[in-house]
Amino acid sequence: MSIHAGQFRELRLERLGRTFGGVAALRDVSLSIAQGEFIALLGPSGCGKSTTLNILAGLLAATSGSIFLDERRIDSLRPEQRGFGMVFQNYALFPHMSVAKNIGFGLAMRGIARDEIARRVGETVALVHLQGQEHKLPGQLSGGQQQRVAIARAIIIEPPLVLMDEPLSNLDAKLRLEMRAEIKRIHQTLGATTIYVTHDQEEALSLADRIVVLKDGVVRQVGAPDALYARPDHLDVAAFMGFRNVISGTVSRQDGDLAGLTVAGGKQVSGQARGRLAMSQKAVMAVRPEDMTPSPDGPIRAKIISSEFRGREFVGFAMSEEGAALAFVSDHPLTNGARIQLAADPMRAVVFPEVS
Amino acid sequence: MIRDTTWGAKLWPAAVWAVIGFFVVNLLALIATVIVSSFGRRWLGTWLPAEWTTRWYVSAWNEFQLADILVVTFQVVGLVVLISGLIGVPAAYALARRNFPGKKLVMILFLLPLLVPPITFGIPLATVLYRAELAGSLSGVVLANLVPTVPFVILVMIPFIEQIDERIEQAARVFGASTLQLFVHVLLPLLLPGILAALLLVLVRTIAMFELTFLTAGPTSQTLVVSLYYAVFASGVRAVQSIDAMAVIYMVTSLIWLLIALRFVNPTQIVARAKQTPRA
Amino acid sequence: MVPASQSAERRSILALLSGHGLDGLTLLVVPALLLVLGLFIYPFAYGLWLSLTPKAGGILANYATFFSDPFLYETIAKTLWLSLPVTLLNLVMAVPIALRVRLMRRQRLLTTILVIPITLGTVLVAEGMITYFGPQGWFNRVLLWLHLTSGPVKLTYNYWGVFLSLLITGFPFTFLLTLSYLSGVEAALEQAAATLGAGSWQRFRHVLFPLILPGLAITFCLSFVQAFSVFPSAVLLGAPAGPTRVISIAAYQAAFEQFDYSLASAIAIIMAVIQLGIVVAVLAARTLIYRGPAGGGKG
Repeated sequence: MSIHAGQFRELRLERLGRTFGGVAALRDVSLSIAQGEFIALLGPSGCGKSTTLNILAGLLAATSGSIFLDERRIDSLRPEQRGFGMVFQNYALFPHMSVAKNIGFGLAMRGIARDEIARRVGETVALVHLQGQEHKLPGQLSGGQQQRVAIARAIIIEPPLVLMDEPLSNLDAKLRLEMRAEIKRIHQTLGATTIYVTHDQEEALSLADRIVVLKDGVVRQVGAPDALYARPDHLDVAAFMGFRNVISGTVSRQDGDLAGLTVAGGKQVSGQARGRLAMSQKAVMAVRPEDMTPSPDGPIRAKIISSEFRGREFVGFAMSEEGAALAFVSDHPLTNGARIQLAADPMRAVVFPEVS
Repeated sequence: MIRDTTWGAKLWPAAVWAVIGFFVVNLLALIATVIVSSFGRRWLGTWLPAEWTTRWYVSAWNEFQLADILVVTFQVVGLVVLISGLIGVPAAYALARRNFPGKKLVMILFLLPLLVPPITFGIPLATVLYRAELAGSLSGVVLANLVPTVPFVILVMIPFIEQIDERIEQAARVFGASTLQLFVHVLLPLLLPGILAALLLVLVRTIAMFELTFLTAGPTSQTLVVSLYYAVFASGVRAVQSIDAMAVIYMVTSLIWLLIALRFVNPTQIVARAKQTPRA
Repeated sequence: MVPASQSAERRSILALLSGHGLDGLTLLVVPALLLVLGLFIYPFAYGLWLSLTPKAGGILANYATFFSDPFLYETIAKTLWLSLPVTLLNLVMAVPIALRVRLMRRQRLLTTILVIPITLGTVLVAEGMITYFGPQGWFNRVLLWLHLTSGPVKLTYNYWGVFLSLLITGFPFTFLLTLSYLSGVEAALEQAAATLGAGSWQRFRHVLFPLILPGLAITFCLSFVQAFSVFPSAVLLGAPAGPTRVISIAAYQAAFEQFDYSLASAIAIIMAVIQLGIVVAVLAARTLIYRGPAGGGKG
């Protein structure tokens, strides 16, 4: 294999900011990325993840801050001078060019000799499993094949950095899983540093070495997928990571990493403390539905509203006494309207100070 | 968009803006010339007329019998707008909702009068209308003007109707609407913005339609633009300022409707039907 | 045959027709169709027949007259000599301007201003030009004031008067069409080309231009056909007995001054054939180019 990833030690984003008509879309984003890393920018729409990607690509100018590739400042370079590969959300394949011409475009722009282009296009086509499609036009390809062309076109130029903007969002569920595995395989083969924008936490968790969670233009948390999954730093990150149940109470016990909250009804729940907590302070506990189950002496009292059969288990929906909507799993059928007591696994629940 | 900071990249927009600026300035100055001249008592060899007057409007009004001409213009335009709406909208509806053998041919047939310039088909058309003894009268002028306007309404309305979900009409049927109720309560309100836009464009185009009216009009069925042509053609007979006053009246008549139309349509739509996406 | 089966047969025929999309609703096309057939197709057919039945001579006598009389056949060259350069100039100016204007966030003011000459039409533009570009007009006064010329430049009642009028009404038309085609090209395609290392010229050469080429060909055809049928400004602003005696003037004079409808129809048919010929040539060339190597590769 003669296709490589471009070499560098560190890509550094320093206090990047961008405003649109006076509204800040991105504020003080700082990040350091090492060669070969797969970084996912995760967040809801409008969080600034695509803005960050476009600034990195040079398609959008930052209003403040700088970008360094090793010691070289690159934020004033035009996109064609940066040499980064980019995979666009709707692929942006050139509709008038064949698959081979699309893939070879970046090399042709660099003035590389025709037979050299043909050789490298051949290798890349093999890498992304597109053999036999070279002479088709993009319009004649399936969604998954178009996606492969888009990836091939970006990696053939051996970029130091590959940028991917929600590349799987236009595919159906089955293809999405298949292409996710493909992206992972290609990344492992080439080791190209990749920045991947997505709003799908599952995608981010399965692909990335590190995840950057963005909200309202601000980095909320940076961490490895398992760390982020188990110990989110903020309630909004937790909500994004699937901690759907939020129970509020007052801090009544602190024991190392474990914090106890007194909830409505006077009983105590506990979970992993995240952030500074003081006794008698108002706080919230967040827990995933799968870590909350009915228990005869469970501290949380609620009334069942509805339930769904999910094959291995039942998922119940209930309203707590303080009016919070709760979701939980149960191994037996549930009766609508029945009162129930719920317990959460303290090792898998997280407690945050309540933000006023 | 993509930033470009090289030297050529800075010079290039400057050159482009200079060309646009030159064009727009000359265009506006040309229009201003007509307006200034129409208010000048005498204008010879100076930047601006020495004295200002409105008397040319009075004399233009009387000399060119503008009252009669305006009445004829509005009769022609009103009838053309009304009839093209009545014929064009139902046809567009049928073409948007039904596929039938030969539909492609019908579409080409409606496209042709918009592609072939009026002077080319106007001469045979005028010949036919003269043989039928319709030319020279108001009805002949209206008939000739309908040739491009009906296809225009059809081609503007088809995409507009196509983007209205047919299931809305089916839903109205399911909830018990009769054909009349369906038309009055569902279709008309949905179609109205499109009809309004199409007819306003027809209005603007008909006011400015010179060739067809010129070839088919008689002395009593001239519209404003044709009278303006004859006045300029025979310049020397009347004072220049008088003709300019008439030109200003024509501009006002036409631009008022353009301004109203632009509240409903994008300027680009006046030449292009809609945003087309070229596909390979 | 009993009435019941008759009505059943009738119903099945109706069902068959509506299966092909032919039902009561489809009939709404008929009035518009009759209008176009009666007032567009029939006059053309009638004109063709009329042109083949001259006042004197054989069926092709009108065409023979046209192509043997220099006063008539030279109008073709004169019209092409006006319309081709103007159309090309309009297109050559429209593309770079549209490329830039496309990036503007507030295009509407400019497009509105440009729509004005189209709305006002050629008669009014010609009327205004007589004064504005005349020897005493503001245009010449500015040239003299800037010492760009020693005497007034003659821009009216000659070739250049008609040329300028076709520029003033034709450029906005060409520009707005080009702009609408350019706006139809997805912005991400150009961005993709940029990230792959294509500079602004390469982006235009390899991505934008091939994508708008079909649209440009149509724009050229529409603009050319309009310029070729120039009439009022050639009479009012040009030298209608000399260099700007365009083909539509010849047709008009034949019909309404000599009352030779037969010859006039022949000239109208010749006009239509020339327009059609250029349009077919351009569209055929477009197909050739578009299928060819413009699809990428090395430039």
